Amino acid sequence: MQQSYSQIWLSLSTHSLTHLCLTLVVFALSVKLFQACKMRPILNPVLVSMVIIMGVLTLIGIDYATYFASVQVIHFLLGPATVALAVPLYRQLRQIKASAKAIFAGLFIGSFSAVVSAVSLTYLLGGSFDSIASIVPKSVTSPIAMGISEQIGGIPSLSAAIVIITGVIGVIMSGVLFKLFGIKDSAVKGVAMGTACHGVGTASMMLENEKAGAFAGLAMGINGFISAIVIPIAWLILA
Amino acid sequence: MLNYFILLLGCQFLGEVAVRVVHLPFPGPVVGMLLLFVYLLVNQGVPKPLEDVSQVLLKHLSLFFVPAGVGVMAHFELLKNDAWPLIIAIVVSTAVGIVVAGLVMGVMLKPQLKSAEESGVNE
Repeated sequence: MQQSYSQIWLSLSTHSLTHLCLTLVVFALSVKLFQACKMRPILNPVLVSMVIIMGVLTLIGIDYATYFASVQVIHFLLGPATVALAVPLYRQLRQIKASAKAIFAGLFIGSFSAVVSAVSLTYLLGGSFDSIASIVPKSVTSPIAMGISEQIGGIPSLSAAIVIITGVIGVIMSGVLFKLFGIKDSAVKGVAMGTACHGVGTASMMLENEKAGAFAGLAMGINGFISAIVIPIAWLILA
Repeated sequence: MLNYFILLLGCQFLGEVAVRVVHLPFPGPVVGMLLLFVYLLVNQGVPKPLEDVSQVLLKHLSLFFVPAGVGVMAHFELLKNDAWPLIIAIVVSTAVGIVVAGLVMGVMLKPQLKSAEESGVNE
């Protein structure tokens, strides 16, 4: 009898349904917790879900590759969701056109200062070459970031981890930063988050309002686009 | 709604094709976003079912990042090598990026924001 219980457990703990349910239930509860605590940034649902799921997987001894294969459906939806960003973008087109110069200025200078401060800090604090090259594309949406990282001799999967951490930390800090620097306009918040925190920042802006989400999506797209072209060239010239 | 979900996937698919054929350094979905945008420009409006399906997806955008986010656990070893330099650099540079982008755009928008406030159309 003992044997059969452990066999049931074994087959269930590696079953993709278990991992899917775990992810959805944990995320749903994280959203509830987030809302119940007046959307306190530290309780960001992505962060809370990540931490809990990492803990559970470690506890029941499931490795990430097995888990990821099970929840690939959820990951897959990032694709069509990214395409869908064209809808809010289209609806905000008039306002985007009206402030195009300001968007580009904020995006360029913001993105540039993020890269420069990240690289110089990692270097000054004694980080290895691998770490320095891997942190360069930290503000860019992860598929682009991994490509850039590979081109300049970083470790693509380390870059992917840095990108996610950047997004989550940025979302946590954003509320305080906006208050501290008097940033109130939805469009400005959106561009700031899309530039510095890619898709994770865009997702958090989507929860604020459509305008912030649209500007964030736009900034994320343009930043990725430009970074993919400029960073490898700049790296080649500087290195 | 299904038809428009297919439209989203179709745009993504064409994006993936374009990326492979032209060897673009961009992910397929980003090119797909551009294609859908062009479709909307040509169509001169957002069909209601497309709006519905987009809203459902975008409302859950955070959820879709969870599987990749959990992936950080697979890279603890790599992160551990340079834990402090990386963490400090990430925190500081992310704050710098948000604040600089926000302040620069805010300064350049100032005249516009003011006139919007005066005429009372600020959302």
